[in-house]
Amino acid sequence: MNTKDMTYSEAIRDAISLKMRTDEDVFMLGEDIGVYGGAFGVSRGLIEEFGPERIRNTPISESGIAGAAVGAALTGMRPILELQFSDFITIATDQIINQAAKIRYMYGGKGKVPMVLRTPGGSGTGAAAQHSQSLEAWMAHIPGLKVVQPSSAYDAKGLLISAIEDDNPVIFYEHKLLYGMKEPVPEDLYRIPLGKAVIKKEGTDVTVIATSVMVHKALEAAKLLEAEGIEVEVLDPRTLVPLDEASIIASVSKTGRVVIVHEAVKRAGFGAEIASVIVESDAFDFLDAPIERLGGKAVPIPYNPELEKHAVPQVSDIVEAVKRTLQRGKEV
Amino acid sequence: MISKEIPASLTTKQILELYHQMWLIRYFDEKVDEFFARGAIHGTTHLCVGQEATAAGACFVLAEEDKITSTHRGHGHCIAKGADVNRMMAELFAKETGYCKGKGGSMHIADVDRGNLGANGIVGGGIPIAVGAALTSKMKDLGYAVLCFFGDGAANEGSFHEALNLASIWKLPVVFFCENNQYGMSGPVKEMVNIENIGDRASSYGIPGRIIEGNDLFAVMEATGEAVERAKAGEGPTLIEAKTYRWKGHSKSDAKKYRTKEEEQYWRKEKDPIALLAVRIINDELATNDELEALQLQAKKQIEDAVEFAEKSPAPSLATLELDVYA
Ligand SMILES: Cc1ncc(C[n+]2csc(CCOP(=O)(O)OP(=O)(O)O)c2C)c(N)n1
Ligand SMILES: [Mg+2]
Repeated sequence: MNTKDMTYSEAIRDAISLKMRTDEDVFMLGEDIGVYGGAFGVSRGLIEEFGPERIRNTPISESGIAGAAVGAALTGMRPILELQFSDFITIATDQIINQAAKIRYMYGGKGKVPMVLRTPGGSGTGAAAQHSQSLEAWMAHIPGLKVVQPSSAYDAKGLLISAIEDDNPVIFYEHKLLYGMKEPVPEDLYRIPLGKAVIKKEGTDVTVIATSVMVHKALEAAKLLEAEGIEVEVLDPRTLVPLDEASIIASVSKTGRVVIVHEAVKRAGFGAEIASVIVESDAFDFLDAPIERLGGKAVPIPYNPELEKHAVPQVSDIVEAVKRTLQRGKEV
Repeated sequence: MISKEIPASLTTKQILELYHQMWLIRYFDEKVDEFFARGAIHGTTHLCVGQEATAAGACFVLAEEDKITSTHRGHGHCIAKGADVNRMMAELFAKETGYCKGKGGSMHIADVDRGNLGANGIVGGGIPIAVGAALTSKMKDLGYAVLCFFGDGAANEGSFHEALNLASIWKLPVVFFCENNQYGMSGPVKEMVNIENIGDRASSYGIPGRIIEGNDLFAVMEATGEAVERAKAGEGPTLIEAKTYRWKGHSKSDAKKYRTKEEEQYWRKEKDPIALLAVRIINDELATNDELEALQLQAKKQIEDAVEFAEKSPAPSLATLELDVYA
């Protein structure tokens, strides 16, 4: 396959275009996705290619457009709904949680809701408390929803294709700080199955399980630790639901030590779920130290850049957590 | 276009203060624009340059105890409700001396002591909050009214519908003030709403609706004054739609592909709210050009001082990160 350097945002756009060219049922709806190109420029150029019928620029009505996506999906379309910031999911939650997630089950296995809700989460842009949250654990809690969190351009494209083709509602969490990140991406259509983790770096001493932007911080930390002779394995689950438990268990069984890191608030965050998957499995027997869990502080994201940075885990926090887990392992 | 006649109840001093205030609003946002362009302030911001008459005119008719809810495009509302530009600028610079101690930034400036219940990062988020504040006034018989600012785009959120209905059935002292600046982020109101005027929606809530020239300070004052009086007399809410225009892009990055240069020029040349007021003042011989220029320069200087205050202020310490999550 030919590859091309694509940013995360271009890779997402490419997945949308490829699917829209071959499947008439796929369309996009969202606020300012027309000539404006979307709040983060992801849909730039799409209205020019596909026209306003299939790239539907909507009023500012998150509850309405989420519901319209659900209804269209239930009757044969494959909508891709863009919400400008993942914080605005709050306004669309009735349609996502009470409707989309449950329809098939409530109806006794009849009907399906093949829609994708794409939306950027995360802090780091100074957008403050109402535009910087990481609320993926909420969605992962809801039976009937799938939850995806790509950390790279390559993953974003392959996962989005799978999400669009999936017959269930998929919440596709992008990250604002990743939109500009570039890497070689195949030009053709390819799929990454939902529920397949990836080892971003192999190692033998500690497994760092990281999601979204934290994958990059974990890789940076791994590089620093390598210089000290510590071999870190970085595992990115890529999808929270379904979760690739087997890959997590295999990696932890190999290294015996785990650090889990996400940007979302640590309290009741998805890291707790991952930790529990590990201790409930056979990997428990291989653990040489308590699991280290890193996440955001239990505060709304502040505006001041220094405060904002300290509200979420940094590379140095990961380095320290890895060292702690190695130290504690020795005490045992 | 020329402005309405000056209401007889206004003194020359008040009119000149309003003129000064509109320049203060404009220079504040021009300055913020400049700093963002240079990357000196982070985050994002939404400027109200070109919309000064709605903020100044609507807030002018309020008593000190009256309250407002504001929007993401809220610097003008805040200044007009009496906020200190030093503390506003300090907030944009993320400093400890800012209104939110550097934790809120442009979209969350609030001055609860002066009745500004806050800007809002959620479009339409402030509309039901205004209803709640009016409910307090009614339940405790406090006599104050609430002025609720929101945009044309916000009028398409479900919260708009729910809030107006509540205020109407409960006859609450609230004035819904829609600043129709013709666009949401990029969505033209003409494509996003299938009626000519958002103000016409008032009839579906059984409340009065007013559609006014939002760049005419005196039109804004007259309509808002009447609505506030009505609210305080216990007759319930009013919906006002003020037609205006934002001169700048939506936020810090906006190629403005959704509108034409001609349209922008029309609003700047024909309907500049500050120029309209200046023409009226000169025509009515309330001040000379020199006097007006002095007021303008005074506003400019205040904003420069605000920048200096902000720059010299300390940043919040890291110890504040986990403060104020709970009361
Ligand atoms: C619930 C919600 N949806 C979308 C946004 C993103 N957004 C911020 S301002 C804006 C446009 C608002 O338009 P309008 O209400 O007309 O106010 P204006 O910006 O024109 O002053 C949008 C879409 C948001 N902040 N909140
Ligand atoms: Mg608007």
